[in-house]
Amino acid sequence: MSLAALQATRAVKIRRGLTLPVFLLVVWEVSSRSGLVDARFLPSLEHVFLTAKHELIDNDLIGELGFSLFRNVVGFFIGSGIGIVFGTVLALSRAADALITPTFNGLKQISLLAWIPLISIWFGFGEQAKIVFVAIAAFIPVVLNTYEGMRNAPRDLLEVGHALKFTPLQRITRIFLPSALPSIATGVHLGLIYSWLATVGAEYFLAIGRGVGGLIIAGRERFDMALVMVGVIILGLVGFILNRLAATLESYLLRWRVSAAH
Amino acid sequence: MSIVTDSALTTPARSLEAAWRRIVPSRRGLRRLAIALILPLGALLAWSIASSQGRLPEQILPSPAYVYATLAEMIGSGEILYHAGISLRRVLIGFLFGAAAGLTLGMAMGLSRRIDDYVRPLFLAFAQIPTLGWIPLLMLIFGIGETLKIIVIAKGALVPMTMNTAAGIRAVPASFVEVGNALRFSRLQTLRLIVLPGAAPAIFTGIRYGLTHSWTALVGVELLASSEGLGYLLVWGRQMFWLDVVIVAMIAVGVIGFLMDKGLDASEVYVQRWKQSEGS
Repeated sequence: MSLAALQATRAVKIRRGLTLPVFLLVVWEVSSRSGLVDARFLPSLEHVFLTAKHELIDNDLIGELGFSLFRNVVGFFIGSGIGIVFGTVLALSRAADALITPTFNGLKQISLLAWIPLISIWFGFGEQAKIVFVAIAAFIPVVLNTYEGMRNAPRDLLEVGHALKFTPLQRITRIFLPSALPSIATGVHLGLIYSWLATVGAEYFLAIGRGVGGLIIAGRERFDMALVMVGVIILGLVGFILNRLAATLESYLLRWRVSAAH
Repeated sequence: MSIVTDSALTTPARSLEAAWRRIVPSRRGLRRLAIALILPLGALLAWSIASSQGRLPEQILPSPAYVYATLAEMIGSGEILYHAGISLRRVLIGFLFGAAAGLTLGMAMGLSRRIDDYVRPLFLAFAQIPTLGWIPLLMLIFGIGETLKIIVIAKGALVPMTMNTAAGIRAVPASFVEVGNALRFSRLQTLRLIVLPGAAPAIFTGIRYGLTHSWTALVGVELLASSEGLGYLLVWGRQMFWLDVVIVAMIAVGVIGFLMDKGLDASEVYVQRWKQSEGS
């Protein structure tokens, strides 16, 4: 396909991709302005935009976002850090695996949100409880993927390590960690997504303190649809950016693997 | 031809043997089970000793005996079954709506480039916002009734179902479709005999993630807005400081999640049993 043709298909793709969103926005605006739909349920685009501006300039939206991101990042690092160590221990120690893995798998069955009441009793409704919850959310996928990756370390590499008389530490740093790295990266990526979800959840259910989740809950309580919409859009944007960031970091950290494959 | 009859004859016998092996645990399996039970039983023991000596206040963790008594009582009175039944019904209805919509949308996107071009960007933008994020917005529109719950649960199933179905259909090799063309299959035949079976594993992955997401969404929406169901039980127990009720509800959430997962496992093996004879 020539370059021009390629550009043409791209243009078609973009045009098609924009059709539906633009159409929906027009329907939204028209039905909101004409009073076809109650403006309390569907505020006009201008109203939503003004609310966003108002929150941004007068109400320190960036500050709220900062609180949420702080919880997210702290919980994520604690959870995934412990998760990598824990997953490594389970994968490399036969005894730990036999003793702990079944219990871990059992507890994992309990849906994450169901832990919130118990966490709120143990840690209250403050910052500590939220960070614990976010950390658990990041912990689980990281453990699973670390375990999986270490377990699948190539047998021939292990034999080489054996022949070279590697110490256990050398085996971990030279064989297990590098070969598990792609899988660990997947786990960390998932952990980042889950921890953002958990941040939102923690702010909904442990609703003390500032944050984007609290903003949305406040909007709902005041029946301020525009505010809720602004909050929801921010949730989506942050999730999107975190996801992108993780994907970029992942491909950057694993770039040696691609070149090794060729 | 003889190979086909051969495998047709041996496969049931072999699967019977495998099933038998699964029911009757080997000595090694028993040993593994015993080791696996050390930690939970040890924790249970430490927990009951600590609470019987009064080192664990009941507001932090009630004794296992107490939790067990509550569990037995709630099973006996039918209370736990009642709430679990309500939760299960919601999940089932929401999941069916979400999965059906996801299957339809995913098939349309997988089969037609044009539809994919039109729908995908908007769909991805919607999918970007976590299910939990939608709940307050939907609460303003639909109130806190049953409709809200069904919609939230359906949304949980919709996204993985759509993405996996579309990807699965896209991944069916073009050469398979060409075989269909050579055999002069009608479009419907191609869809039924080639495209859908080819996409079945991916669709199953979608069902599986969809059901898991639905279950999580259910717990979320019941925690936020409900007067019945397991999520409500969690909130209610929390508010009354009845930790035994909270723990019983958590156990119920875990057990149901586990059973749904196992059930899907079994049905996946069953639906795709034709694949085994080809592999062995």
